[in-house]
Amino acid sequence: MAESSREIKRRMASISNTQQITRAMEMIAGSKLRNAQETVIATRPYYERLTSSLGTALRAAEDSGESLPEVIRDRNGESYCLLVFTGDRGLAGGYNAAIVRRAEQFLQEHPGTEMVLVGRKARDHFRRRNQTSLAEFVGLGDQANLRTAQDIGHVIFDFFEHRLFDRVSILYTEYINTVTHRVKLRPVLPLPVQIRETQRSQLEPLYLYEPSIHAVLETLLPLYVNAAVYQALTEAKASELGARMTAMRNATDNAGELIQELRITYNRARQAQITREIAEIVGGADALQS
Amino acid sequence: MATFTLEVITQERSVVLADVEYVLLPGVDGTFGILAGHLPIMASLGLGVLEFGPRQGKRRKIALGGGFVEMHDNKLTVMAHTAELAEEIDVLRARQARMRAEQRLADRKADLDIARAQVSLQKALLRLKVADGDQ
Repeated sequence: MAESSREIKRRMASISNTQQITRAMEMIAGSKLRNAQETVIATRPYYERLTSSLGTALRAAEDSGESLPEVIRDRNGESYCLLVFTGDRGLAGGYNAAIVRRAEQFLQEHPGTEMVLVGRKARDHFRRRNQTSLAEFVGLGDQANLRTAQDIGHVIFDFFEHRLFDRVSILYTEYINTVTHRVKLRPVLPLPVQIRETQRSQLEPLYLYEPSIHAVLETLLPLYVNAAVYQALTEAKASELGARMTAMRNATDNAGELIQELRITYNRARQAQITREIAEIVGGADALQS
Repeated sequence: MATFTLEVITQERSVVLADVEYVLLPGVDGTFGILAGHLPIMASLGLGVLEFGPRQGKRRKIALGGGFVEMHDNKLTVMAHTAELAEEIDVLRARQARMRAEQRLADRKADLDIARAQVSLQKALLRLKVADGDQ
């Protein structure tokens, strides 16, 4: 009996150690998440402004009958590039698994898709399956970095210009709030129709284009690709931290429940032992008296 | 003198939001200035110095890494790849970057990405130019 109650004590100590770790991880993720959240919100206006300018310039180009730059036109090709955002580390619940699963599904639907992978989890997954990728970016850390996003955007745009593929989509996790994130597949190139239709107001001013609409569109497109990549990166990072925080909170709560149960078992065992000892003493005293 | 609103933004942050009389921009075909009441315009910007402030007198400077500018309703918005105010520039880092780029261009190793090295050299030179002008 004494043996088993010591055993229970040891398990309780071990679980409570784990609980301290998960609680610390939860708090770290939580504090980083606050930063990441602000970044997500800060980057949204830039993207909206840019797409609205892009829409205006596109409409102007179409109205004036000018030919569109090569890169803007829809090549009607069917070869895809998929940019996949996962984290570098696990312990974030189903965060990485959900993205990877969706990526696999995409590959089934569009065989021959070229991939650009961000995050160790995606790279490791596809490497195990002998799936090649065009480029890999790992070790990004917990904070979205503009330089990295621009590097990624640059690589993708370069390949696109050189016709390695005709379509680009980004697969990332959209950040809605701390506990809600959604895997999202966003088409980036060729320009989605919605961008053409973003209208600021009924009465749009007539713009001058310097040096030409053509040149302005060619400037805007890489900016747009970078903006889309950076936005996806910030959202992915915020979602990852949110997922990790939730996962760690669950782990902490579960550890608490486990400790609670063990404590009850331990107390019961202790009580049983005391009762038995009293019974033995009473029994011994009775034996002496009679 | 009439003023208008200037906003310089990168994806990370808003670099400047101010009322100004005059902005000098590094267009792809040379610099051009904008005053209040300019017609709506969209223009491509190259690597260069952006100046803003009063029409005459001391103006503040930004090292601009290319981008795009749009003016309408008396508001000028610059959406930049990178943008740093003169006082934010790390001169030491820029000097190191210049040295690295010069070194790489001088060595001419077979796998050298010349275009890239030249761009980083230009960027470093631009930063130094902007930072010095501020002192």
